Amino acid sequence: MNTGAPETALTEAEVTAIRADFPILTTRVNGHPLVYLDSAATSQKPRMVLDAERDFTENRNSAVHRGAHTLAAEATEEFEAARATVARFVGVDADEIVWTSNATEGLNLVAYALSNATFAVDDRLRLSPGDEIVVTEQEHHANLVPWQQLALRTGATLRFIPVDDKGALRIDLLDEVITERARVVAFTHVSNVLGVINPVGEIVARAKQVGAITVLDACQSAPHLPLALRALDVDFAVFSGHKLLAPTGIGVLYGRSAVLNALPPFITGGSMITTVTMESAEFLPPPQRFEAGTQRVSQGIALAAALDYLGAIGMGRVAAHGRQVSHRLLDGLATIEGVRVLGAAGDRIGLASFDVAGIHAHDVGQFLDDRGIAVRVGHHCAQPLHRRLGLTATTRASGSIYTTDAEIDLFLQAVADARSFFGVAQ
Amino acid sequence: MPGRSSGWPSEWGGPVSSEQLNGLYQQLILDHSKSPHGRVTLEHPTASSHQLNPTCGDEITLSIQVDAGTIAHVGWEGHGCTISQSSASLLSSLVEGREVDDTRLLLEEFRTALRSRGAIELDEERFGDAIALNGVSRYVARVKCAMLAWVALEHALADTGDNSSPRGGS
Repeated sequence: MNTGAPETALTEAEVTAIRADFPILTTRVNGHPLVYLDSAATSQKPRMVLDAERDFTENRNSAVHRGAHTLAAEATEEFEAARATVARFVGVDADEIVWTSNATEGLNLVAYALSNATFAVDDRLRLSPGDEIVVTEQEHHANLVPWQQLALRTGATLRFIPVDDKGALRIDLLDEVITERARVVAFTHVSNVLGVINPVGEIVARAKQVGAITVLDACQSAPHLPLALRALDVDFAVFSGHKLLAPTGIGVLYGRSAVLNALPPFITGGSMITTVTMESAEFLPPPQRFEAGTQRVSQGIALAAALDYLGAIGMGRVAAHGRQVSHRLLDGLATIEGVRVLGAAGDRIGLASFDVAGIHAHDVGQFLDDRGIAVRVGHHCAQPLHRRLGLTATTRASGSIYTTDAEIDLFLQAVADARSFFGVAQ
Repeated sequence: MPGRSSGWPSEWGGPVSSEQLNGLYQQLILDHSKSPHGRVTLEHPTASSHQLNPTCGDEITLSIQVDAGTIAHVGWEGHGCTISQSSASLLSSLVEGREVDDTRLLLEEFRTALRSRGAIELDEERFGDAIALNGVSRYVARVKCAMLAWVALEHALADTGDNSSPRGGS
């Protein structure tokens, strides 16, 4: 989003102050201070978030949307205030925000609701043979397998936007892949392997041209970039709380009001109905229609606290810090012989996946762990992308607002030393 | 980054690696990983097994030729980390020419030691060079890497239909 001058990155003093809010960052691992570069898998949580969850549980814990006692009313109010905080954070209305367990559940919710819509009145949501579901070759398995399964259940065909040798989406093929038969276009905002920001606008524009529903995986963008979902004009978007300084077990599904209203439920039961007889039930409007059963109340409240924490820093500055992390990672890795970084340079979050010639990613990760440096190794739940790029496993370093220059330098030094240790340096 | 040369001369203050890491990556392991034994295709395998570690993508296909209750030949191919590759190599050297029954016992002893979190060491008389894999048992996440070839052998043996062998292989 062009909102004028680029915002400044966090200063060293600011990062130091931020780090003091994260209790785990004083931990030592294998005799070394923890260098946590696995935030794309799950972020660490600041004390304010942990406190918010504990404070609610200790003082106001109660069931929401039922019961007339004082605590129940307070809990409901706080839970709905948390929903409003999420809505503000991504620039939409509160009744367009559905709580989920995580992004994976959000994507499955949409996929299953769409196959339930086979029996619905709204033609736009009904999928049948001849229809097409479009994903991309960059997707995390969570934004691929549910669509494969939806295609299997409905007889629709799954297609994908391929990537080039660098891993970038072949935007030149959009018109070819997204045709009049496309009903759903599901794609990632930022690949969890590449860290590169995708051109959402171009994909959405093409999808709208053919009347397809758009689903955005915002797992890696929500924690690191200003996210204005209304402006991005997608129909659905998902992200997970635990990658966003919040606890596990809480996630968010955004659904554009008109589409969400037309969508039948996925999970049914209590709290999502108006009238129930022995034969049938009528459902509440969204978001409650998609929130059957007891909700994750304390986790939702903690997620709102996490968004407040990020909001106080400012997402523009969070993004600027991510760019700085990205540059230091990429510049440093480029100087180490035999290292191949995945993804093109350009607009990225603070993440780099790479291959070290002659050393398996597991061995790189083990060597780094010996120095207290935590990275992810493997296919990062994106086997098709790795296969396309000719790899089975890579090492991924991913930062967050608490990542320092000194930590990145320790990481770079360790990667270089791993080459000597495993005998691939001259 | 000013002042950084391309070779990354070690500015690291501590030792390159801890004693425990050196125990995991013993020289013998690194050597076997670089020049593996048994990485051949058998012409007439009695049985073979393909094993995949879905979390890291390590893969191995291991074949055996069994003659009269003895593993006459072992051949494998695959890709993966230092531990999985060297383990396949050490295993090949260890069981070639060994009786099927004894190999089954060896597999159990190996599994028990590796799952012991360092409490049980492999017996050098039984395992020879493969005792270099002792260090793995302290790294719970890597036990599966070391086990990959051994599990493949276990499955291949089960497929020979040769349960206790006095009559020899079929």
